[in-house]
Amino acid sequence: MRPRLALEAVTKRYGSFAANDSVSLTVAPGEIHAVLGENGAGKSTLMKIIYGAIRADAGEIFWEGREVSIASPSAARDLGIGMVYQHFSLFETVSVVDNIALVNKDRFDRVRLAARITQLSERYGLPVDPHRLVHHLSVGERQRVEILRCLLQSPKLLILDEPTSVLTPPAVARLFEVLRALAAEGCSILYISHKLEEIRQLCDTATILRGGKVVGSVRPAQVSIAELAGLMVGSAIAPVTRPRAVQGAPRLSVSNLSVQPADPFGTALQDVALAVHAGEVVGIAGVSGNGQAELLNALSGERITAADRIRLDGVSVGHLGAGVRRQRGLAYVPEERLGRGAVPGMSLAENALLTGHRGGLVRRGFIGTGPIEAFAHRIIQRFGVKCSGTNAVAASLSGGNLQKFIVGREYSLAPSVLIVSQPTWGVDVAAAAFLRQSLIDLSRQGAAVLVISEELEELLEICDRIAVLFRGRLSQALPREAISIDQLGVLMTGRDLQPSAA
Amino acid sequence: MNRLYLERRAVPSRLMGVGAPVLALAAMILCAIPMLRLEGLEPLATLRVFFLQPLSTGNGISEWLLKANPLILIGLGLAVGYRANVWNIGAEGMYTVGAICAGWVALRFADGTHHWLLPAMMLAGVLGGMAWAAIPAFLKTRLNTSEILVSLMLTYVAQLLLAWLVNGPMQDPGGLNYPQTALFSESATFSPLVAGMRLNASIFITLGVVVLTWLLLDRSFLGFQLKVSGQAPAAARYAGFAQARLIWISLLISGATAGLAGMFEAAGPLGQLSPVISPGYGFAAIIVAFIGRLRPVGVVFGGLLLSLLYLGGEAAQMTLNVPAALSRCFQGLLLFCLLAADVLVDYRVRVMP
Repeated sequence: MRPRLALEAVTKRYGSFAANDSVSLTVAPGEIHAVLGENGAGKSTLMKIIYGAIRADAGEIFWEGREVSIASPSAARDLGIGMVYQHFSLFETVSVVDNIALVNKDRFDRVRLAARITQLSERYGLPVDPHRLVHHLSVGERQRVEILRCLLQSPKLLILDEPTSVLTPPAVARLFEVLRALAAEGCSILYISHKLEEIRQLCDTATILRGGKVVGSVRPAQVSIAELAGLMVGSAIAPVTRPRAVQGAPRLSVSNLSVQPADPFGTALQDVALAVHAGEVVGIAGVSGNGQAELLNALSGERITAADRIRLDGVSVGHLGAGVRRQRGLAYVPEERLGRGAVPGMSLAENALLTGHRGGLVRRGFIGTGPIEAFAHRIIQRFGVKCSGTNAVAASLSGGNLQKFIVGREYSLAPSVLIVSQPTWGVDVAAAAFLRQSLIDLSRQGAAVLVISEELEELLEICDRIAVLFRGRLSQALPREAISIDQLGVLMTGRDLQPSAA
Repeated sequence: MNRLYLERRAVPSRLMGVGAPVLALAAMILCAIPMLRLEGLEPLATLRVFFLQPLSTGNGISEWLLKANPLILIGLGLAVGYRANVWNIGAEGMYTVGAICAGWVALRFADGTHHWLLPAMMLAGVLGGMAWAAIPAFLKTRLNTSEILVSLMLTYVAQLLLAWLVNGPMQDPGGLNYPQTALFSESATFSPLVAGMRLNASIFITLGVVVLTWLLLDRSFLGFQLKVSGQAPAAARYAGFAQARLIWISLLISGATAGLAGMFEAAGPLGQLSPVISPGYGFAAIIVAFIGRLRPVGVVFGGLLLSLLYLGGEAAQMTLNVPAALSRCFQGLLLFCLLAADVLVDYRVRVMP
C-alpha cells in the first residue's frame, strides 16, 4: 500500500545544533503512529515541519507518493493534514461554532456549520454544544473542539501533540476510542507523547527520536515499557525511593480559603482547607483550570487574603506579600517558567539572584557578582542543568533544563515550605526522576512540600498524601497507600468529593 | 523564487543591540537624501553642513557639548524608567518645573554673593522635577492611570505655568513688560569653562550622573529589581518585589534628572526664565534613551548625536536657508529607523530557497 506520508532524511538546523538530523519515517493510511522522545529530541520540530509551520533545511516529504513542499499550515490543511496543539488556540469569549468558522474556508453559515459540528460530534462520540462559549468549556471539551475543527476538513492525517497531558483518566479512555474510530476509517494519526503506557495501548508503530535522530522503530505492543524507556533515554533510570514519612508539626496550613478569581474566566476557590506537615509531601491532583492558579497565587502571596487564612509555621501570613513570605521560609516553583519563574532575557546568574538574594548575595544594596556566579554554578552542577554556563540566558535553555534550574534554585534556599506546580512538565525522564527524588529528600529533611500536578503517576510516586481540586473545591488529603488511580480519576470528575472543610 | 523572511533568534543578538542604532543612522541619512533633493539641495553638501560644519570650530564643540548635556541627563533618568517599563513621556514638563524652582531660588537670593546658591538651585531643580513626577506616580500606583498620558499632559500644564509666572509673579519689574524674569545674579549662574564659550562645569555633574546611573542599573539590587519588573512583571511579582515602590522610584529618578537639566539650562546658557526655555529637550531625550539602548554609556552617545542634529539644523538653516523643521524631521526619521532596525535584535533575515 502507498504510504500516506513519508519523510526522507529530513534535517533542520538551528545554527550548529541539529534539531532534526536526517529523520525518515513512513505512515500508512489508517495507522496510529507514535513519535516518542524526550524533550528536545526533536518531536515538535518534526511535527512543525510536517504541518508547514517551519521549513526543513534538507530532505524530502512525500504525500501519498508525491513529493511536496509544505509552505504553510494552510497548505498542510489543503493537503489534508490537521494538527491539535498541546496548548489550544481557541478564543475564549466566543462560541464553539464561531471559533470553528474562523478557520473554516467555506462560506460563513453559522446554522449549517453548527449542524455539521453536531453531526460530527455524534458520529465520533465527541459531545459538544456548538453554541456554548469556549470559556465555559472544560479542558477536555476544548480539546474536543480542537479535534472537531480538524475533523471538519476530513483530514487524512491528524497530528496530536501530547493530547492527554490535560485530560482525566476517563477522558483519556474516551479520546482513545475516538482515535481508533478515526483510524478505522482510514485517517492516519501521528501521536506525539512521552507517556509510554499510552503509546503501548494505542499505537500501531512507534518511531523513537533521541537528540534529533531516529534511534529505533518498534511495534510498541510487542516491547516492554522498560525497553521503550531505554530506547528513548539511552540508558537505565534509577527508580525513585520514598522512605517512610515521619509527620512533624504543620508548617503550611490553609483554612476557609475562598478566593474570587482575578481573571474573568478563572475559578473561584471555595472553603479550601489543607495542612502540610514537616516531613511529608502532599499532592494536589486535578485537571488544570479547577482553581490551581488561584490557589497557588494565594499561597505564594502574589494574591493577598485575610491574615488567618494561610499560616506558615503557625503564624498568619495571608495578608503578607510574596517577598515577606519568602523571608519566612516559603519557596515556590511556578508552572510558568519563562516570564515568571525566570526572566527570559537574563542570565542564569541573574536568575539565581531573583529569589536567591536573601542568602548574602546582596551587600549594602549592591550585587556581589562573585557570590551570584558561585550560587548559580552550584545549582547547575548539582541539578545537572545543561547550559553553556552561568552567563547563559534563561530563554536559551530547553524547558526541562530551565525547570531543573528553577527547582534547584528554590531547593537551594533550604525552604521550610516548598510549593511546586507541575514539577516535571517537559522534563526528560531521567531528570524527572531526579527532581522527584529531590522533593522527597527535602521533605525528609524536615520541610513541608506541596506538589500540584496533573500527572497522577507522578503524584502517586512521590506523595505521602493526595487531595483533589475540582471546580475550586479541595477534597480531603488521603494517604497514598489508601488510594488508587481509579479513585483519583473519579474524584477528578467531581463525583464523591468530600470537601476538605468538613 | 527567493523570498526574504524573518526568523526569530533563539537569543537576542548582542551585536545587533549595538549595531541597530548605527544602521538606523545610516538608514536615516539614506532617507534624507531624496528629502533634500526635493528641497532643491545638494545632498552631500547639505549633510556636510549638517554633521561636520558644527564641529569645525572650538565654539562649535562647546555648543555641541552644551546641548548634549541636558539631553544626556534627561535621557539617563528616562532610561532607568524605561528599563522598568515605566513610560515617562513628560520629562519636558519636569524639566520646566525644575527650571522654575531653580529660578525661584535664584531670584529670591539675587542680592549679594552666595557660594551655596548654585547647589541650592540644583536641589530646588531636582525637587521640582521630582514633585512633578510624583503626580503620575501617585495616580498610577493608586488609581492605575497611564503614566504615559498623565506625564505627557502635565508637560503642557508645566509650560503654561511657566508662561503665567514669567508674565506675572516672576516677571522682571524693570524688564519693560517683556515676558521674562530678571537676569540671574553671578552667583546663580555657571561661569564658562573657557572664556567666550558657553560650555560650563555642569557637564561634569552629568558625567557623575552617568556613573551613578551605571552603578544603579548594573551593580545595585534596586536596579536589578527595576529591570526584572520591566522585562518580566510576573517574575517580579513572583519574587515578591514591591511593584508600587519600583514605579515611584523610576518616576522620581527621571523627574530628578529632568529637573536638574532644567536647572542647568536656566543657570547656564539662559541665565533667566522666559516662556520658551527648551527646544524640546525632554522629548528628544526619549530618542536619546532609545538610541543609547537604555544604557548609561549609550545614552552619552545618543545625546551627542541628537545634539549634533540640533546644531546641524541651525547651521543648515543659516548657511543654506533650509527650513528649521528639517532637523525635527531628521529626529523623527532617526527614531523611526531605529524602531525598524530593532527588529534585527530579535529576528534574523533569511532567504527562503
